[in-house]
Amino acid sequence: MAEHHSESLYMKIFYYLLALTILEILVALPTYATWVKAILLIGMALGKASLVAMFFMHLRFERLTLGVIAFTPLVICVFLVFMLAPDLGAIAHKTTVPVKQTTGVKH
Amino acid sequence: MSETAGMHAGHVEAYESPLTPESWGKLGMWVFLVGDAMSFGTLLAGYGAIRYGSADWPKPYDVLGIWLTAGMTLLLIVSSVWMVKGLAAIQRNDYAAFRKFIGLTILGGAVFLGCQAYEWNKLIFHEDLGFTGNPYGASLFGTTFFIITGFHGMHVTGGVIYLLCILLRGMSGAYSANNYSPVEIAGLYWHFVDLVWIMVFTFVYLI
Repeated sequence: MAEHHSESLYMKIFYYLLALTILEILVALPTYATWVKAILLIGMALGKASLVAMFFMHLRFERLTLGVIAFTPLVICVFLVFMLAPDLGAIAHKTTVPVKQTTGVKH
Repeated sequence: MSETAGMHAGHVEAYESPLTPESWGKLGMWVFLVGDAMSFGTLLAGYGAIRYGSADWPKPYDVLGIWLTAGMTLLLIVSSVWMVKGLAAIQRNDYAAFRKFIGLTILGGAVFLGCQAYEWNKLIFHEDLGFTGNPYGASLFGTTFFIITGFHGMHVTGGVIYLLCILLRGMSGAYSANNYSPVEIAGLYWHFVDLVWIMVFTFVYLI
């Protein structure tokens, strides 16, 4: 919309994004169980993405229908993951860990 | 008929963009971005599927490291802030600030690409992460990594070129407080590239 947004709002959003990024790295560093990390990290990433879309891309100030359209890909992709899930379960069940020489992992 | 008299006005109304009345271009960009989001979403869903189905997927932070990319994430977020400041500047006819902030945004994108080139170079030539194989585990680890970060890098490259055009047109006085829509539309693209990187950083590097 034509209204101009205050720059202090943008800086506030920036600090939120910065804080969430630091939080993400803190969660990623220690060796939590992968699923715990996955839930926390995906949650924070969606939060960051929403902040960017709502405020930097002004979706917050646009018509609701545009927001709904913009939100659609996320819904479809989550649906896609669930559609793939039965296949994935089958694969994960059948895949055996290949016995191989572990070459020294760097770092 | 009176309808005929009112037709011209009705005609103009009918050709107003339905969701973004101030600009058709903005609606066009949103439609493109929604499609583009599907591309990235599908890539990431496919990545998740392959990774979940793999028994020997390497731990990304062991191979990729996260500090450089954490810096790159920060850089894109900062460049998004510069972008909104550039838009705010042209909305109040402040040409000097417009040039400064759009220039900084472009610089941010270019530095991001430089970091990515450095990272790819390091991974390919010094750490043997190939497109079809690597010493760390599943060969698709490298394939998915290069496809997803490469696809995003192409978007950043496109964004840098796009914003360079906006900067050059802006410097020749094409935009003003009454005509800033092209800047806003370019901004939408740039923020989207930032948004996608937030997701890529999470899925490919952190988890």
